[in-house]
Amino acid sequence: MDSPEKLEEFQQRIDNGEKIEPKDWMPERYRKQLIRIMSQHAHSEIVGMLPEGNWITRAPSLKRKMVLLAKVQDEAGHGLYLYSGTETLGVKRQDLVEDYLYGNAKYSSIFNYPTLTYADICVIGWLVDGAAIVNQTMLAKSSYGPYSRANVRICKEESFHKKQGYEMLAKMADGTPEQQKMAQDAVNRWWWPTLMMFGPHDTDSPNSAELIKWGVKTKTNDELRQHFVDRMVMEAEAIGIELPDPDLTYNEETGHWEFGDIPWDEFWSVVKGDGPMNRERMKARRKAYEEGEWVREAAKEYARKKRLQDEKAS
Amino acid sequence: MTKNSSENTEWPLWEVFYQPKDGKPFEHAGSVHAPDAELALQNARDTYARRNEGIAFWVVPSDQIVASSPEDQGPFFDPANDKPYRHPQFYSVPRAVKKRK
Repeated sequence: MDSPEKLEEFQQRIDNGEKIEPKDWMPERYRKQLIRIMSQHAHSEIVGMLPEGNWITRAPSLKRKMVLLAKVQDEAGHGLYLYSGTETLGVKRQDLVEDYLYGNAKYSSIFNYPTLTYADICVIGWLVDGAAIVNQTMLAKSSYGPYSRANVRICKEESFHKKQGYEMLAKMADGTPEQQKMAQDAVNRWWWPTLMMFGPHDTDSPNSAELIKWGVKTKTNDELRQHFVDRMVMEAEAIGIELPDPDLTYNEETGHWEFGDIPWDEFWSVVKGDGPMNRERMKARRKAYEEGEWVREAAKEYARKKRLQDEKAS
Repeated sequence: MTKNSSENTEWPLWEVFYQPKDGKPFEHAGSVHAPDAELALQNARDTYARRNEGIAFWVVPSDQIVASSPEDQGPFFDPANDKPYRHPQFYSVPRAVKKRK
């Protein structure tokens, strides 16, 4: 068990704004929570390549194809920064990945929705990456050094992701009637799932208080969601897109946009595995992992033989 | 349900250091998995320098890194704490030669 003195000392460091580094003493539960959150974040980046990868071969132009390829490659990079950060907590990457593919580890539910048209690619960049930026900007201040640094790196790249999506969406919203319809339809489908990305309301989020106490997070789910909504209302208006919420109203007193009820039943059903694409996504990820096994083995064996050869030669 | 984790197909871990610009010191970037040094360098490039963040890389097997331990931080750095005479501020110079702002 963690001694009360140690815990007190640890809390003092957090309250002083110090960063916790891998070899520092930390409560067992802090380590556990970090492993859960960081690996979940990593899995999300990796599975996030699937909905967008779906459109690489059918991008509307060579320029858009290059942009999408670069973006999807960045998502892989983000996953790798985060796995690398998680491994500093003394866990093996293979175990993390297998816990996700064959165990209980979760990933962000947003990636369990299908990408039906290219407008979805625009909207993922604008809304989904927009929401990710809000979250990750907060996590860049996280108390755990490696997690904080991974998020700093991610944030630098994420603004390209959001801007390319927003720019494309603006073009479509300014295009032919068909394009405008496609753009609006995609926004209608992604808006509510995006708001759910911030997680349950603070009152239904048992982990939040502890994570904030330990400085892993610095803002609550509802604070982040509100910040996001305020910004998106403005950005939607600027390009003539409507947000599918009749209850959106500006509150003069608070200076915030109030929004309607989030469909939480849908959220929980997707979290539990019944979203439109859960099975498909897991199938694709397992297939990639299993079919890549011989490559991992062959490369290892090649390295071993080469090492033996080099030893002989010298 | 769990895949056979005893079968270890994971590649070794390497710590990655990069030089952000000509003349700058190398910094720690993170880590990569790779079967050998050559691929570790290539993975480091693809992971940590997609936007020219680095112009040169070092990769080191992670198990070869030796780090000081936080518990010994006090005594370990103690020798530096009682030597203020290592700093220029410890010395006084005639007013006449003090630099003007």
